[in-house]
Amino acid sequence: MVEQQAAVLSPETLIDEFKKNGVTHIITIPDSETNYLYELMLKQDWLDVVPVSREGEGPSTALGLNVAGKTPVVLVQNTGMLESGDSIRGMALDAGFPLVMVVGYRGWTRRGKTPDTAAVYTEPFLHAMGLNYYFVERNSDAPRISEAFSEAQETRRPVVVLIGDEYHGWNR
Amino acid sequence: MIDAKDVFEAFARHRGDAIVTTSGTVGRHWQDVSDNESRDVSLGSSMGQTTSAAFGLALGLPEEKVVLFDSEGALLMNLGVLASVAGKAPRNFYHFLLDNECYATTGGQPVPNGTGINYAGVAENIGYASAHHFDNLEDLVNNLEAIMGSSGPVFVSIKIKPEVENLPVGMRKRTRRRGRAETIDALQAELGIS
Repeated sequence: MVEQQAAVLSPETLIDEFKKNGVTHIITIPDSETNYLYELMLKQDWLDVVPVSREGEGPSTALGLNVAGKTPVVLVQNTGMLESGDSIRGMALDAGFPLVMVVGYRGWTRRGKTPDTAAVYTEPFLHAMGLNYYFVERNSDAPRISEAFSEAQETRRPVVVLIGDEYHGWNR
Repeated sequence: MIDAKDVFEAFARHRGDAIVTTSGTVGRHWQDVSDNESRDVSLGSSMGQTTSAAFGLALGLPEEKVVLFDSEGALLMNLGVLASVAGKAPRNFYHFLLDNECYATTGGQPVPNGTGINYAGVAENIGYASAHHFDNLEDLVNNLEAIMGSSGPVFVSIKIKPEVENLPVGMRKRTRRRGRAETIDALQAELGIS
């Protein structure tokens, strides 16, 4: 029998947090765990979804939007975050703008070791880059998302929201 | 092939109020030509990513023309951005590519298939509203007014002469007169963005 997660992080919670924090653009590459969120984002008339071709485009596209006075969010999976290393360095950390990156924690498990190296290297990568992060797993964690926005604004640095969603709660 | 400085001088006559950003070392010539420094912005710091930043700027400022002078070495590192641009199709985005077929700043080594790539063909087939290619100055000069008057995203590939640098980086003369933060602050002040 498959163990069911007691509470999940619903896509609607993410949308509410984006709206509450004045997000104008979501720069993203869809992944298998965010499909319903993607569809829901497209339905929001206050939100512009910007699909890109590789994740490294995220921080740089966000920089341009930030210069234009907008509030972008980068939504990618941890594999894509790893791919984005130099873009995070040059276009986010060095640029001096607030940026929230919502990162799907593929391979994360609450039961100890994971065989997925995407998960194995996620937090060491964040530490190496000096990126602070907030772990979010269920709807009750939503205030941490707003905390991430506040911290990004105060520090004018990128801050990561790590979505630990072991049972694909973002999908329906 | 055309001198990069001649490209910039020809473009300057049709710039109007466009915001201009450049990628690659050849872009340094623009600062000697521009007569509207407050609308010149430096966005780059990661090779290949200036294109995406200029794309984001165009999306965020739909009422302003945004012009990027890109380089082919940088674009090849992030070629998928052409699809990203075509997908959102910002009508105010003018994407010029200065193609010298080599990595001039590292000694002139050729980029992969440097002489064989039809960049304008790639841009056109990936979905830019229009794409152009020029390898002589007269043709470029005769078409710039129409290009800048057309609706984007527009792609303009221009063959330029390489300006190869071989000195070790630490011995090179710094040519950029303003840093990225300074240019962004000036642009935001110009546009009333706080």
